[in-house]
Amino acid sequence: MFDLTGKNALITGASGGIGGDIARALHDAGATVGLSGTRVEPLQALADELGERAHVLPCNLGDAEAVAALPKQAADAMGSVDILVNNAGITRDNLFMRMSDDEWQSVIDVNLTATAKLCKGVLRGMMKARWGRIINISSVVGATGNPGQANYAASKAGMVGMTKSLAYEVASRGITANAVAPGFITTAMTDKLTDDQKSGILGQVPAGRMGEPAEIAAAVLYLASPEAGYVTGTTLHVNGGMAML
Amino acid sequence: MSDVADRVKKIVVEHLGVEEDKVAENASFIDDLGADSLDTVELVMAFEEEFGIEIPDDAAETIQTFGDAVKFISEAS
Repeated sequence: MFDLTGKNALITGASGGIGGDIARALHDAGATVGLSGTRVEPLQALADELGERAHVLPCNLGDAEAVAALPKQAADAMGSVDILVNNAGITRDNLFMRMSDDEWQSVIDVNLTATAKLCKGVLRGMMKARWGRIINISSVVGATGNPGQANYAASKAGMVGMTKSLAYEVASRGITANAVAPGFITTAMTDKLTDDQKSGILGQVPAGRMGEPAEIAAAVLYLASPEAGYVTGTTLHVNGGMAML
Repeated sequence: MSDVADRVKKIVVEHLGVEEDKVAENASFIDDLGADSLDTVELVMAFEEEFGIEIPDDAAETIQTFGDAVKFISEAS
């Protein structure tokens, strides 16, 4: 349905469940994909699965120098970065009153600061091309909050505010910036939840089930498409109705 | 007029879509030539490419007029 032939997409966190499916969806639509993540093996496995038009670009987003270098590495490998998907994210959960400075800072560094730096790093090329798509993967908890996740929720809410501001600034140049806010999706991150926690969560989800990574990827594919050119500064909530925002 | 000034003027005329005679020494990109703040960022990007130089952000902020641009680039290149 959506054609991304000739577009080059950089996806962070591509070794994870959601990031992997985002890469598959963009690649299926014809895009060349740059797969970034900290673990090389799963990235290489995904690149092998996708075949042509896939590049492995390892990067630890907790390392400021590596973050600064990634946009250029991606542009060198693919020719340009037309689509940026900031999907990588970490959690370091703790009660707010017990949360260490390190738990706070590391989550803000990876989820928010690295996202901002990557956006900045790809904008120059997008401005010149008069076309670009920035899609930041936020979270439902950025809008609703979640006990034990003050750092994560702050980072994800921060992404939304940043995305909107950026969307204002570059809209006149054919560049859109949007966020996708997943609810509870079956991934390694949610596998860590206990069965009790899961059933508690599902009680709040009108759809009565967890979401699938492919359902997040579909939202990203839409926002990356030429057809979504008039959609900017928005947050697309994909959460089975658990928060109707 | 110097070669640098000619090349800078050409970029300004093309990018902002203004008449060449409006691009005077003291013409402000924003106040006189109709640029918005994002245009000034793009102008600096274009200067960097044309002249193969790097213009740091703090220096870019001081380039307000056509004359500022010519002066900065002449000194940098």
